[in-house]
Parts: sequence; structure tokens; C-alpha cells
Amino acid sequence: MSTPADNNNGGLKSFVFRREREAAWRQFESLLGKIERRGLHTLDQDELIRLPNLYRSTLSSLSVARGISLDRSLVRYLENLATRGYFSVYGARAKTSSLIADFFVNRLPAAVRGAVIPMLLSLLIFTFAAAVGFGFTMANEDWYHAFMSESSAQGRTPDTSTEDLRAGLFSDEDEKQLLDIFAAHLFSNNAGVGMLCFAVGIFFGIPTVLILMTNGAMLGAFAALYADRGLSVELWGWLLIHGTTELLAVVLCGGAGLMLGGALAFPGRHTRLENLARAGRQAAVIVIGCVGMFFVAGLLEGFGRQEINTTWVRYLIAGAMLVFWLGYFALSGGNRHGRRRAS
Amino acid sequence: MAVAAPPKTPAKKNRRAIVTPEGVRLPVALADRGERLAAVLIDLLIITGAFVALVLVLFGLITLIARQEFSSYWGSLSVALTMVAGFLLRSFYFLVFELRWQGQTPGKKVLGLRVVDRHGGPLRPEALFARNLMREIELFMPISLIFQISRLGIDGWMALLALVWTGIFVCLPLFNRDRMRAGDFIAGTWVVTTPKHVLEADLTASAAGGGPARPLTAGQPEAASTGATPPEGRTRFSHAQLDVYGIYELQMLEELLRKNRPDSAQAMAAVCERICKKIGWPGGPPADTRAFLEDYYAALRAHLESRMLFGDRRASKHDAPGKK
Repeated sequence: MSTPADNNNGGLKSFVFRREREAAWRQFESLLGKIERRGLHTLDQDELIRLPNLYRSTLSSLSVARGISLDRSLVRYLENLATRGYFSVYGARAKTSSLIADFFVNRLPAAVRGAVIPMLLSLLIFTFAAAVGFGFTMANEDWYHAFMSESSAQGRTPDTSTEDLRAGLFSDEDEKQLLDIFAAHLFSNNAGVGMLCFAVGIFFGIPTVLILMTNGAMLGAFAALYADRGLSVELWGWLLIHGTTELLAVVLCGGAGLMLGGALAFPGRHTRLENLARAGRQAAVIVIGCVGMFFVAGLLEGFGRQEINTTWVRYLIAGAMLVFWLGYFALSGGNRHGRRRAS
Repeated sequence: MAVAAPPKTPAKKNRRAIVTPEGVRLPVALADRGERLAAVLIDLLIITGAFVALVLVLFGLITLIARQEFSSYWGSLSVALTMVAGFLLRSFYFLVFELRWQGQTPGKKVLGLRVVDRHGGPLRPEALFARNLMREIELFMPISLIFQISRLGIDGWMALLALVWTGIFVCLPLFNRDRMRAGDFIAGTWVVTTPKHVLEADLTASAAGGGPARPLTAGQPEAASTGATPPEGRTRFSHAQLDVYGIYELQMLEELLRKNRPDSAQAMAAVCERICKKIGWPGGPPADTRAFLEDYYAALRAHLESRMLFGDRRASKHDAPGKK
């Protein structure tokens, strides 16, 4: 062992270590500065290749420094550099095009396939409420007002004549233009409700159930009004042309909300906190996907429904959309356990 | 042997650690709640500004196009487009920025904040989806409720009730140690500050003598620049004189030497006197305290580091020297 008295800092291992590695740290630091100021996408090919290498060598420098150096300022500098490097290397990567493709081909269907039970539960709640709304309104038309808010009814009440109700299901030339516009913001309205349905799920899922039930009951009451006048076939054509897409999205968002509530109420294998985060991330994928579905539904409602006034064609489109969505969720991505493949 | 724990700098409440996928533990500092509020206010300002600009452009364009035949059609078209634009802005502003800027929005960037995965994994897009979907009930709903309360009547009372309800969520970051909002809970994320540290010169390099040339630290504040020219060669210390202190004291000395405060001259003199007494330095405190302290620092660090290589990490003076 060298006697301390002999020492000069030329023999200090931590000093030599720093002298030999410092150039690489400085290089990494300037690269990080560039990323932080102007973004990752401004790096050229060469810099992109160097980034992970410099990151790893900084991590190893840090480990060495922690072992041999008592220069606190140096260790802090390396910790800071490594942390900033971690942010840049493991921050969400925004290759927007591939991100979107991967989302729709793999992530979204896998997330839905992984959450069949909450989705079925959501569907059950929704159809149950619809059946209740339908049954009560069929028995006594006064129930209609209990289930249907005035703004949603838009003047279609038990007092409306059958002719007017029928006319409402098919558009004539005059109102076409206005309805197009109306449909444009139906999308944002519906997507907003869908997102809300998810977010409030954090209150143990209770508000989500309420939203599902009010919407289901509304649908049931509405259907009962038309069924009473013998307009069922026409009504469902009018509803389902976009409804298979829209209602499916509502059910999915409801299921996503139930996942949140369920994770909080029944933590299962992980801690409550960990489980909530897992369920939250998976459910959020579904909800973002539903925003896309609401957009498709908005197009079908705004344009498809106004242009297509033949009931059987409406049914055809409704059926095709349903088959498409179910097939997509069941098959896309090819792997029944998307998570396993992702790792 | 004295069992007293080495005195520590008070553990800051905002210190957390993440373990990177490479298995290295890194310290992070949770963002201040006030800073996060400021960041969100900046973002809201930007959203509002963008919305107003968009509406102006939209209405200007529509007025231009429909100059001849302005009808209710054009009117409701602009209203519908405005609604869609507003929806897209408020729902996706945060998400798109956090996706593209690796967990930062303009507001967060100004304040130096960033979203990270709580466990140190990669920041996944779905975590950003989750934390930003929650904003509807955490941010936008309370804001619109406040406007409704100003109206009177039953609506106002219902709104107040709802405000209390969502208020619980707004205040959530105040009630947990990790300052997480509901969105952070369901995404498994933290919001941290991202300060920058500069690499300071090695203190052992600033003493003269047999030391190698200073490393390339142009532009760095150098601790030694204030001191008088150090003597030729270093002051030497014996084993016994270096066995007096441990790592904690070494790093306190480092801090003292690095800090350039108006009262550091007196502080150094006091410390120098104490050290001299403790190690029994012959002839009392030397004239050039800074040079003496730097030499003692260099010698003590070399001593402790070489002990460390032999597996003897002496945390402070309370640890017995040379113990295993």
C-alpha cells in the first residue's frame, strides 16, 4: 500500500479516472444540451448512433466513480448527466408515423383482447339499462320523459305524430347541409363523453356505471317510442348505421372506466398503486382508440346517414362495420397476447 | 466505539431514486407543486391564445369565402368548427407535446419539469395517454364549473357540489408524498425537475506540486484562483494525521473549498484551526489557510480512497479507522 505521505494527486486513481473519461462526458453533455434545446429529431445519423453509446459509458463511469471517487462534485455531476441521458434515451419516442401504425395494428387490439371481462360487463350494464328503458316506456309512455333529457329528445316525444317521427329518420334536401355541420361536433361531443366515462372510473367505477345506464336507458326509451308506432325497422337502420361503431366505442370506454374502478377496488397480485397504474395505462390505450372510433362514427352519422336513405343499405353498412370492428379487435396484431410479444 | 450515526445533510423530502433498465440507481428530484401549477398555467395560457387565434383565423376565412352569401349555414359551420377545434386543443395539446418532447410541454420546459416513469422504465406512450385523459376531470371540469357557479340558482348549487367533488381530485397532489395527481396515479408517473450540474475542477488538481496539469475545464470556476500561490510541493501528512477524519468530513471540507462566499475566509480559518488542533499540527495554524486546507483535502482524499479500494469505507470520524 502506498503511504499517504508519498501521495501526489498524479497517483490518485479517481483523478486519473476523471482525466481519461472526461472528454467523453463533455461530448455527451453537449449532445444532451442539443437535445434539450432543440429536440431529439434534430440529431443527425451519427449523433443518434453515438447517443446510446455515450449514455452507457456514462452509466459505467458513474458506477466506477461511486466505487472509487470521494469527489462529491464529480459523482453528482455524473449522476446528473446519467439522469439527463436517461430522460433522452428512454423518454417517449415520437416517430409519429410508426407510433400510430403500431398503436392501431398491435397495441389497441391487444389492449381490448386483454380486457374482455370489463368490456362484457360494460356491455351487460348498457344493454340491461336499454332493456329497462325500453320495457318501461313501452308499458307507459310517460316514462319516456324520465329517461330522455329534453335536449336529447330534440322534439321527438310521445306527442309527436308518427309522420313527423318517420320524416325525422330520412333526410330531405333542405336540411342536409345543416346536419353535416351538426355531425362535425357530434364527434367531439361523443368523444368527450367517452373520455369522461373513463376518467370518472377512478371513483371506483360508480359514475361510469351511471353514465352507461343513463345512455342505455335513453336508447331504450327512444327505441320504445318508435316501436310503439311500428317504426322499429326504420329506426334501427337510422341508429345503427353509425351506432354499431358509436355504441361499441361507448361500451369500450365504459369498460375502460370499469377497469380503473376495478383496479382500485380489487388490487389483486400487485399493490393497489401498481395495479392502478397497470390498468390505467391499458385502459387509456382503449380510450384513445375509441376517439378514433367516434371519429369514424361521426363521419358515418354526418355523411353516411344523410346520403343513404334506404333502410336495407343502412343495415348493410351497420353490419359490415360491426363485423369489421369485431374482426379487427379479435385478430389484428396476430398474437393473442400482445404483451408477451412487446417484451 | 461511538455508535452515533454520522451527521447527515437533512434528507430532502423531494429526493427519489429510479433504477434504469441498465440497473443503475439514479437520483431524481420531484417537482415542486408550485412549479407544476405555474407550468400548467403557462400551458393554459398557450391553449387559450391558440384557441383565440384559431377562431379569429377561422372566422376571417369564412367571412372572406362567404362574402356574398353569408347565411346561417356559414354561421353554424364556424361554430361547429370552433367547437371541434376547442375540443382537439384541450384534449390533445398536453398529450401531443409530451409525446413529441419526451414528457415535456412548453410550460414544463420553461419550468424545467419532466414526466418520468415511476420505476425508471421507458416512458411509454400509454402512460402519457392515461395521465392526460384524466385532465378532463382534474383540470377542465373544475375550470368550467367555476364559471357556472357565478350564475345563481339550482344550477349554481349543483355546480358547487360538483366542484367540491372534483376539488378532491385537484388537491390530490397536496395529499401524497409523491405529489402525484390522479393522472400520475393511473399512469405510474412522476413529475421531476431537471436541473443541470456543471463539472467543477478537481480540487486535488488545483494544488500545485507533483499534480498533473489541470484537466480541460476551460470556463469552469476554479476554486484555487483566489488563493495565494501554493508552496512548492505539497504539505505532507502522516497516517495518524489522516486517520482522524472520514468521508463525511472530507466532503464537508470539499464543500467549504468549493463555495465562494464572502465569509468563507473566516470559515476556512476556523476550520483550519480546528483541524490543526485535532491532528496536532506542529506550530499552530499555517499562514495560508486555503493552500493548507487544499493540501489536507488532497491527502485525506487519497488516503480514504485507497482505504476504500481495500473495502474499508469510513463514513465519518465516528467510524473507527481501519475496521473491516
